[in-house]
Amino acid sequence: MTALADPPVKQPTADGSTPAKRRRSRAGRTNHGGPLAYAVLIVAVLISAFPFYWTIVAASRSNADLAKVPPTLLPGPNLMRNFEAVMEEAEIGKALLNSFIVSGSITVGTVLCSTLAGFAFAKLKFKGRNALLALTIGTMMIPPQLGVIPLFMLIAELQWVNQLQAVILPGLVSAFGVFFMRQYLVQSLPDELIEAARVDGASTARIFWSIVVPIARPGMAVLGLLTFMAAWNDFFWPIVALTSSEPTVQVALRQLGGGYVHDQSVIMAGTLLGTLPVLLVFGLLGRQIVGGIMQGAVKG
Amino acid sequence: MTLTASAKPISPSRPPAVRRAWQKFSPYAYIAPFFTLFAAFGLFPLIYTAFVSLYRVELQTPGDMEWRGLDNYTALLSDDFFWTSLRNTFTIGVISTVPQLVMALGLAHLLNYKLRGRTFLRTAMLLPYATSVAAATLVFAQLFGRDFGLINYVLGLVGIDPVDWQTGTVASQIAVSTIVIWRWTGYNALIYLAGMQSIPGELYEAAEMDGASKWRQFFHVTLPGLRPTIVFTVIVSTIGATQLFGEPLLFEGSVSGGISHQYQTLGLYMYEQGWGFFHLGRAAAIAWVMFLLILVLVGVNTLIARRRIRKEAGR
Repeated sequence: MTALADPPVKQPTADGSTPAKRRRSRAGRTNHGGPLAYAVLIVAVLISAFPFYWTIVAASRSNADLAKVPPTLLPGPNLMRNFEAVMEEAEIGKALLNSFIVSGSITVGTVLCSTLAGFAFAKLKFKGRNALLALTIGTMMIPPQLGVIPLFMLIAELQWVNQLQAVILPGLVSAFGVFFMRQYLVQSLPDELIEAARVDGASTARIFWSIVVPIARPGMAVLGLLTFMAAWNDFFWPIVALTSSEPTVQVALRQLGGGYVHDQSVIMAGTLLGTLPVLLVFGLLGRQIVGGIMQGAVKG
Repeated sequence: MTLTASAKPISPSRPPAVRRAWQKFSPYAYIAPFFTLFAAFGLFPLIYTAFVSLYRVELQTPGDMEWRGLDNYTALLSDDFFWTSLRNTFTIGVISTVPQLVMALGLAHLLNYKLRGRTFLRTAMLLPYATSVAAATLVFAQLFGRDFGLINYVLGLVGIDPVDWQTGTVASQIAVSTIVIWRWTGYNALIYLAGMQSIPGELYEAAEMDGASKWRQFFHVTLPGLRPTIVFTVIVSTIGATQLFGEPLLFEGSVSGGISHQYQTLGLYMYEQGWGFFHLGRAAAIAWVMFLLILVLVGVNTLIARRRIRKEAGR
């Protein structure tokens, strides 16, 4: 039992950085930012945020308001009306539901597959390990967009066109996820812990569920966040594999932008509805996402 | 020792030979889910693209394949719009990547100072990254409107005549690039920031003792320390630029990328051939050309980076 009771040596914090790393980075940053630094950064923040503000303004106005000179810069009273209009014209309600199903399944599946494979690559010995890992990493940089034509032919052969699994199953392939979890476990899972459990007679499966998963959990959470956002925002493949009768949010937005809807305020209402869920995730867990991206950068 | 008692089936009951065999093969069970999906939906389509590009395949009947040899490629090379889109991909790539990475470097440098509310600042910078291409492009298409767009209005305030952001070649490419820059600058700034924080503080202390100014420290400590990170972001941005698709598609909503294809990229050209004109074989040839292009560009990047490192080592 000792093996399980001892906390791992390097328990990473929730935002992914180890305490030691944080101390070092703080010591390295000896300079205080001057007023100019703040000014530039605040301008950058405003530019980052303005399109969101503008979406809210435009979505709560009418088409006629948006054609006024000088332009109106404050929100108006039409938000609900525009929401209703976009629900009718682009099936945004169904699109949101589909996007939740698709992104949720992709997230759960990717995190699971990546943790399993990442653990094997990090801590198990088997023939062909290095070659398979090299293959995985080597294809990480190749954009999946290049494979869409055969993928489409495959999906057509399976008669999956316009069905959600056509987007979910290819979405589960994440070489990045495997690499990310491998790096995470190499760092945070001590070999002695596994050896001790083996001496105690634990099977690999038991080691995986009672030792690896609890230690990997913070990494899994970060990977899950990044995967969810990427899946929600994925554009090319969904517009190829689905149609407007079974849309995800991005498919519906493409339809909105395709020239059939002329009311700009309705288009902006759709944009707002389609972006709100990720913004919500971002608002609640932005710090973890920032940590995940910076952490991935150092390792990658 | 409690583990043995509570670990239910496998260990003690099985004969040692079976157990040993299982120990040897069980790792494959852990990588199997990923590699099964990877083979079917990742690797196979990538390789098969080259094969499909040698056939005539139409969207309505993807099962019928007719051997065409290199016809798809020769047709491509004699299509003016292919060359237009190749050129556009390159110019938009430069207009969007260069300012983006330079600004990201500057912002990262500022974010690396001791700041109040640094978590807020970092999160806010990453906000555009959280939006989808589709959402960002629809909003910017509105802002870039010729008659009622906010951007032309603001330009008018400083005395600049309204710009036709849709029809002009340079103007439309700048507009499309702006969307890319807006979405990715903050992300790259955070990547650079992470790289800057892994540069040991002692290097700065030593430079300070030698009397190096902040400016010199940036060029002689920060930039060399960031080289691997910079190479990484340049490669990732190059690949992204080669693939550019959603922004030009939704900027006006047409697959041709503007009336005279003035901002059609290779990615969009591929989509137009495949899903606009139903020529899947031709689209596969374009995908393969894009793949080769990426290989060449990444190769050139790595070569330049390597040569610079060697040059510096020799100095």
